[in-house]
Amino acid sequence: MPLLGFALRRLLTSIPSLLIILVGVFVLLQFAPGDTVDALLAQMGGGDIAVIENLRRFYGLDASATVRMGRYLLRLVQLDLGFSAIYGKPVAEVIVERLPVTLLLMASSLLLALLGGIVLGTMAARRVNKWPDALISTVGLLFYATPSFWLGLMGMVVFAVKLGWLPSGGYEELGAGHVGFWRLVDIARHMVLPTLTLALIFLSIYLRIMRASMLEVSTMDFVQTARAKGVDETRIVTRHVLRNALLPMVTLVGLHASTMLGGSCVVESVFTLPGLGRLAYEAVVQRDLNTLLGIVFISALLVIIVNFLVDLLYARLDPRIREKGR
Amino acid sequence: MILSRRALLASVSAAAAAAALPRPIFAADEQPRRGGVLTVHQATEQRILNPALRASTGVYIVTSKIIESLVDLGPDGKPEPVLATSWSATPDGKTITFKLREGVTWHDGKPFTAADVQYNALELWKKHLNYGTQLQLYLDAVDTPDPHTAIFRYSRPIPLPLLLRALADLGYVVPRHVFEGTDVLENPANTAPIGTGPFKFVEYQRGQYIVAERNPNYWRKGYPYLDRIVWRFITDKSAAAAALETGQVQLSAYNQLSLSDIDRLKSDPRFEVSSRGNEANAFNNTVEFNHRRKELADVRVRRAIAHAINVDFFNENFLYGHGKRATGPIPSNSTAFYQGGSFPYPFDPKRADALLDEAGYKRGPDGNRFSLRLVPVQNGEDVPQFATFIQQSLADVGIKVEIVQLDIAGALSTIYKDWNFDLATGWHQYRGDPAVSTTVWFRSGSPKGSPWTNQFGWQSDKVDRLIDDAASEVDPVKRKGLYDDWVKEVNAELPLWFATEREFISVTSKKLKNHHNTPRWPSSSWYDLWL
Repeated sequence: MPLLGFALRRLLTSIPSLLIILVGVFVLLQFAPGDTVDALLAQMGGGDIAVIENLRRFYGLDASATVRMGRYLLRLVQLDLGFSAIYGKPVAEVIVERLPVTLLLMASSLLLALLGGIVLGTMAARRVNKWPDALISTVGLLFYATPSFWLGLMGMVVFAVKLGWLPSGGYEELGAGHVGFWRLVDIARHMVLPTLTLALIFLSIYLRIMRASMLEVSTMDFVQTARAKGVDETRIVTRHVLRNALLPMVTLVGLHASTMLGGSCVVESVFTLPGLGRLAYEAVVQRDLNTLLGIVFISALLVIIVNFLVDLLYARLDPRIREKGR
Repeated sequence: MILSRRALLASVSAAAAAAALPRPIFAADEQPRRGGVLTVHQATEQRILNPALRASTGVYIVTSKIIESLVDLGPDGKPEPVLATSWSATPDGKTITFKLREGVTWHDGKPFTAADVQYNALELWKKHLNYGTQLQLYLDAVDTPDPHTAIFRYSRPIPLPLLLRALADLGYVVPRHVFEGTDVLENPANTAPIGTGPFKFVEYQRGQYIVAERNPNYWRKGYPYLDRIVWRFITDKSAAAAALETGQVQLSAYNQLSLSDIDRLKSDPRFEVSSRGNEANAFNNTVEFNHRRKELADVRVRRAIAHAINVDFFNENFLYGHGKRATGPIPSNSTAFYQGGSFPYPFDPKRADALLDEAGYKRGPDGNRFSLRLVPVQNGEDVPQFATFIQQSLADVGIKVEIVQLDIAGALSTIYKDWNFDLATGWHQYRGDPAVSTTVWFRSGSPKGSPWTNQFGWQSDKVDRLIDDAASEVDPVKRKGLYDDWVKEVNAELPLWFATEREFISVTSKKLKNHHNTPRWPSSSWYDLWL
C-alpha cells in the first residue's frame, strides 16, 4: 500500500510539468511557419484555393490558435488524444501501433548497454591501468565519440550489404509468413543492428562510470574491513563493491530514458523501424500537431514511469534510502 | 491439382501472347513468367491513397495498380484506352463523348458503369482533386445515355488532346457506390482503395508497407503476371540504397535515392539506372522573383541574374549530368509543344555586371549592389545545393544573397501565402501539357496562398490572354502557335526562370522485365510487368 501511495504522489507532482510541456510544444509549433495543410500541399504538388480552404476546414485549422489549444486540453482531460492528420485515425490508436517497437528497441538497448557497461567496467576496474583496462577504455571512448547514425549506416554496409548476414532494415520480413517462434527469431534478427547502434554510445558511458565508481568504492573503509576479515576477492566485488557502485549507474539510467527516446528517432529512421521516434519526426515535418502532442504526452509518461522504477530500484539497492524515502 | 494448374498456366500464356502483341518489348527468347513478388521503395507515406482526390506521384506509384484511369499514355506517348475505349469531340470542343469498357467489375464485384465516371468527374475531380478542379472548371454536366457512354459537357471549349493527356493523371475512377453519400475525405476506402485495376489492395501497415495482390478477375485476360506488389516505406536515403543492394527492394522511382547513390548504382551491373519511362513528366529547378522588390521589378536585373548563373556547371557538378539548361517553360521532351531554340540569356557574368550597372545599381564600397533573401523549397536534395550555387554566383556580380532555411511546409507558406521572400527556388513539375500545371505560374489572379502559382506580383495582359486563349483553342496547330508566342513573351520578360530541365530517374533491378515501357511508367498499372 505505501508503494501505491508513493506512485500516486509521484504522478500527481508530474501533472504540472506535463501540462507545461504540452502547452510549450503547442506554442512552439505555432511559431513554425506553415501548417499541416501546407505540408500536405507539398506532398500533393499543389492545389487551388478552393481545395486548400476545404482542407483547412477539414483539419479544424479555421479556428484561432487559442481556441484550438483550448479544444485540445479539453479533449485531453477526457483522455482523448484527438485525430491524427497524417494517418486519419485516432492518435491513441496510431501510438499504440508504434509503441511496442520503440519499447522493444529501448529495452533491448538499455539492457545491452547496462549489462555490457557493468561487466566491462568491472573488468577494467579490477585490472586498472593494465592492458585490459587500456583496451576497454579506448574502445569505449571510440564508441562514445562516434555518431550513432554513422555507426548504424556502417553496420548496415558491412553486415547487410557486404556480408549479407543481417537484414538492412525493417521490423520483420514482409510476406514471409513467419509465425510463433520463427517470427520472434525474424524480429530479433532485424533488431540486432538497431539495438547495437543505439546501445553502444550508452554502453561506453556506463562502462566509464562503472569503472570510476568501482575504483572509488573499492577504496572505502567497509571494503578494506571486509578484506581484512579475509573475505575472498570475488565475494568482495559482488557483495560489497558492485552493489554500491551501481547507485550512480541507476541514476544515469533514469536520466537517459529521455535521451534514448531521442536517439531512437535517428535509429528508427535509419533502420526503417515503425516506432514512435520516426512517427515524431514525421509529425513535425507534416505539422501534425495532435500526433506530436500525443507522442510528447506518452513520452513524458514513459520517462516518469522509468524514473519511478529507478527510485524503487534505489531503495532495493540501498536500504538507507528505503528508510528515508518513505 | 497439378494438372489443373498446368492447364491454367497454358491457357493463360496463350491469352497473354495474344494480348501482349502491341507491346513487343521483351526479347523473343524470354517468355513472360507468371508469379513472383515485387518490392518497391517508397520514401514518404501519403495521407490518403485515392488518386481521384490527390494528384501526386507518391499516390500514383501505389494506387495506379489498384485503381484505373479512363486513359493512360501508350509507349508512343499518345493516349491509350483503359477504362474508356474510345472518345470523340464535337467541332465546337464543348462536348466530349467517352465510350466505356464493358464487362469491367470493381474489386468488390459490382459492375463499373458510366454512373461511376459521372460521379467521379462532378463530385471528386471537379470539387476536390488538385489540378482537377482547374481542368474541370467549365465542366457543367456528365450525361449517361447508357451504362457505357459518358458525355462530358463544358461551357467553354476544351482541347481534346489537353483533356486526354491530363486525364491520364487526373482521370482515375473510384467506385461511386463506396463514396456516394459519405464524407469523401474521410471515407475508409481512401486508405483501403477499391478499384478495377490488375492488383487488389490487401493491407496497409503504417510506417512499414502496403501490399496488393493479383486480381484474378482483371479485364485484361491473363494479366497481371505478378502475384503481389509490396511497397516498403524507407525514409532514409542511404538505407534505401542498401535495401536495393541487398535485394530487399527491386525498384526505386522518382528520384527517391540520393543523387550520389544513383550515380554509384549506375556502374552496378545488377541495376538499370535511367530516366527511360519517365518522359511524360519533366521538372525544373526554378528561380522565382518577388516583383514587389523594386530591384527585381526591373527586367534588366532579372536578366542579369540569369546571365550570372552557370547552369551547365551546376548540372555537371551537382546533378551528375542528369539535367540540362532549359530553353523556356516548356521542356524539350514535350514534343507537341516544344519550340526549340536556345535560352536568350547564356552564362555571361560580364553582361550581368553591365546590365546591373545600366539598371542603376552600382557596386558599393564593399563590392555589393544590394542584398536579397532567398527561400528554398526543399523538394529534393539538389534544391539547397542550387540555393547555395545561386548565392555564390550572385556574389560574383555584386548581389548579396541570404538563404532562409525552412522546411517545406514553412517555405511554402512563407513564399506563396506571406510573400515574404525576394528570391525563391524549388521544383516546377511539367505534366505533359502547359495548361495542366505550368501556365498557373504565369497567369495573374491566382488567389493568395496557392502554392506553385503566380504569387510573384507580376502581371501581363498579353501573357494572361495567350494563356486563356491557348487553354480553350481546339485547333492543335493554332494552339501550338499560341504557346510559341507565350514562350517568346515570358522568355523576354522573365517573370520567373526555369533554369534546369530534368527527368525523373528510376533505379530498377534487372530481374524486372517489361519495365519502363511507357512514358509515365512508375505511375502506370504494371499489368504486363514480370520477374
